[in-house]
Amino acid sequence: MTQNKDRLLSILLVSPSILAVLVFVYGFIAWSVRVSLSEWKGLLPDYTWAGFSNYIGLFSDPRFHIDIRNTLIFTVVFVAGSLLLGLGLAILLDQGLRGEGFFRSLFLFPMAISFIVTGVVWRWLMNPAMGSRMSGLNLLFSNLGLDFLVNRWYTTPTWGIAAVALAAIWQMSGYTMALYLAGLRGVPAELREAAQVDGATEFQIYRHIIMPLLAPVTLSALIILGHISLKVFDLIIATAGKQLPLDVPAIYMWQTTFDGYFFGRGAAIGILLLLSVAVLIIPYLYSTLKSEAEI
Amino acid sequence: MITAHKKPFFKAKYWLYIPLLIMAAFYLLPLYIMLTTGFKGFDEVNLRTMWDLPKGLKLDNFIAAYETLAPYLWNSFNMVIPAAIISSILGSLNGFVLAKWKFPGANIIFPLILFGMFIPYQSILIPLVEFMRRINLYGGLPGLVLAHVIYGIPITTLTFRNYYASIPKDLVEAARMDGADMLKTYWYILLPISAPAFVVVLIWQFTSAWNDFLFAVVLTSPSSWPITVALNNMAGSQIIAWNVQMAGSFLAAVPTLLVYIFLGRYFLRGLMAGALKG
Repeated sequence: MTQNKDRLLSILLVSPSILAVLVFVYGFIAWSVRVSLSEWKGLLPDYTWAGFSNYIGLFSDPRFHIDIRNTLIFTVVFVAGSLLLGLGLAILLDQGLRGEGFFRSLFLFPMAISFIVTGVVWRWLMNPAMGSRMSGLNLLFSNLGLDFLVNRWYTTPTWGIAAVALAAIWQMSGYTMALYLAGLRGVPAELREAAQVDGATEFQIYRHIIMPLLAPVTLSALIILGHISLKVFDLIIATAGKQLPLDVPAIYMWQTTFDGYFFGRGAAIGILLLLSVAVLIIPYLYSTLKSEAEI
Repeated sequence: MITAHKKPFFKAKYWLYIPLLIMAAFYLLPLYIMLTTGFKGFDEVNLRTMWDLPKGLKLDNFIAAYETLAPYLWNSFNMVIPAAIISSILGSLNGFVLAKWKFPGANIIFPLILFGMFIPYQSILIPLVEFMRRINLYGGLPGLVLAHVIYGIPITTLTFRNYYASIPKDLVEAARMDGADMLKTYWYILLPISAPAFVVVLIWQFTSAWNDFLFAVVLTSPSSWPITVALNNMAGSQIIAWNVQMAGSFLAAVPTLLVYIFLGRYFLRGLMAGALKG
């Protein structure tokens, strides 16, 4: 009797949330799909069937080509940079040095700040002005005699987006460090000690024992960072504003929908973004939940 | 050799502080620029002397930035606090039911909820705006709160579910043996020991709603802008000098930085939950 009452109550308790998620996530995705297959241009909704024309239009749209190129450059630089830096920092912090906690907190603090603040500050650090108006990091490099490092940052043709990725690395590498550090703490001390007894060098221990054990961490970090870079939006806006050379799908969607009222096209970009994220995240969710169930 | 443990082996590693300190400088660089520029007087501000320390501690820039940004800072507080509290309460209830009271279909529902945490919001933005218009919540803060509450359900549910799953089953069983029904079990047994999970979720939601830009820029009109949108606008304008922008950036970062400094341990747990690492 109470069993049944409890079961009913538990369903009553969670159903508002479940319903909200079903409507606001899945219902809205379906609604977006419908908009993406419509002719909707302008302020008033127009659900006239347009087939896949919005999608086909995007793939022959030069702006969308720039977006794909920029997303690829950003993803490679940001993911590789964050992984390498995060791993390096985690290994450094795993050496039992004094002040470890302090450095760990320091490397992680950018995670607490918004992409907007990061972007606004890095906009000035990466000021591309040259000559007598030089400032920011360029000025610092020049004062330190490192003139070969002076560059045009986010105004560099084609590769400008990589400069924004640098700001993203600053923000997120601490997170990768935290993931790796948690992984390193999970390596049994006996394994390291046994290898030391066998005469392995520190480098060999990392190369042959620890790195293989960290492979799952690398995979999770890769997926989390990869999906973040597909969604990158506010950091670029705050660093450089809306500029075609630094355009990405998320910005294109926002601008074409809310500035240009091309709702059909905007929805199509949103759905393509969703598909690209789903390809990464669904297998990740599946394997994580499966291994959890096995424990 | 084995029992000698770490100490003698690592003693010679003081050189490791060199890369650590270089990296520390890299992470502190933006903070240095925000603070040194912020404390300079208007007469000292010059892009050429950007890296110099201020001659004194003048508050001109912070005052100017605060005068421009104050209403938006308050908008942010008014939006973030209810959003964090409501989504924590929902997360706690959902987490409790999912962890302790298996109901039919829970194994399908849970991954479906979780996926909602990763979606690019561009894929739901048009319906969200249309929906808010139709229920008359477009343009103001309540609509933004609603968006943060609903799209926060996945992460808050996950964090609480993992927390409650770590609490021994016997505790719940014993309460049930004593005749407690589900609500009583929650209220008397689990809720009193939920404080750590509430802290994690509250500061996580506080930080992510405070730092959000996309929902804010799409759902609010200028008088309801939270700080991120106002700051971005300030940085885009040619009229407001960069030194005031730096001071403004610092003001926008202070609330979440304080949370991080004082509750960093809980912040980290929220981060790990976001990677599904319990």
